[in-house]
Amino acid sequence: MRLLTHNMLKCHVKNCTDPDKQYPLRFKDVQIEQIEYEPNEEFLVRMLPRLDWTALVKTAKDLNIAIPDSVPEDPASDQEFLQKLHTIIMETHVTEGSMVCDGCSHEYKITKGIANMLLAEHEI
Amino acid sequence: MSRPEHVAPPELFYGETEAKKYTGNSRIAAIQAEMTMRAVELLNLADDSSHYLLDIGCGSGLSGEVLEEDGHIWVGMDIAPSMLEIATDKDVEGDLFLQDIGQGVGFRPGTFDGAISISVLQWLCNADKTENRPRYRLQRFFSTLFMSLQRGARAVFQFYPENDTQVEMIMGIAMKCGFTGGLVVDYPNSKKARKFYLCLFAGQAAAGQKQELPQ
Ligand SMILES: [Zn+2]
Repeated sequence: MRLLTHNMLKCHVKNCTDPDKQYPLRFKDVQIEQIEYEPNEEFLVRMLPRLDWTALVKTAKDLNIAIPDSVPEDPASDQEFLQKLHTIIMETHVTEGSMVCDGCSHEYKITKGIANMLLAEHEI
Repeated sequence: MSRPEHVAPPELFYGETEAKKYTGNSRIAAIQAEMTMRAVELLNLADDSSHYLLDIGCGSGLSGEVLEEDGHIWVGMDIAPSMLEIATDKDVEGDLFLQDIGQGVGFRPGTFDGAISISVLQWLCNADKTENRPRYRLQRFFSTLFMSLQRGARAVFQFYPENDTQVEMIMGIAMKCGFTGGLVVDYPNSKKARKFYLCLFAGQAAAGQKQELPQ
């Protein structure tokens, strides 16, 4: 799973409703793989407003990935920034481990790159 | 012929053998690709650049591969682990989730530019386990999907409705969750070729701009 997609995720347990704790899901015991992907600046710029930067910084720091603390004023023309962003959100994949919700403690397992989002009966 | 969704729940029906059979069948693959292209066309994406799309019931990635060819970035979810395993073995580009869509989808508001779904929706209408209440599950699914889409984005579902009552139930619940839209029927006069696409609009892209059901 790309860090882009992780940044979009929030816990979907029915009674987990505290908006401050539903995301980012905290990575635990993860394995990371870099998979090369053709840079696409237009797509990055399109996605930028949808990213939760605070959540992304938190996640990146958890994974020991260097990341700018804030988005530059004119990101679309900042090549260096876009390149870093591309590496972080498009090429960094979590392949094993789990994601833990700080709101309800549900642990979503990741195996062979597939995140298990199935909930138990009492969570739906 | 009995409908597969009446035989067993999808994660059991598409066990390892069925999953391989389904993916390896070139006729099925061709039909899936064709329906995917039509669904993407019905999404009416603003331009031909890359979009961030959700593939609901992505299976082994047959539809995802079509999205990749079009340059889109996709996220796929399916309830059958054996299907997802084939997708990983094929190194598809999409991010994969093992997910029961009847439990809802967990994305922040406005995540996706669109969603497609090929031959999946009819499964959701089935009460295959006693705790599976179709209406509740459809509601949970449509309401969380609505939230996860950009305003004005579309979700297009190719599916095999069982009868008019089922279509009405699905539409009714989708509308209650905020969607507008309707049913597009391709080849309506051929029983064999006829295809149903439920086109849902998550609101309007801009104030005063009315979404028209495509032909
Ligand atoms: Zn939670």
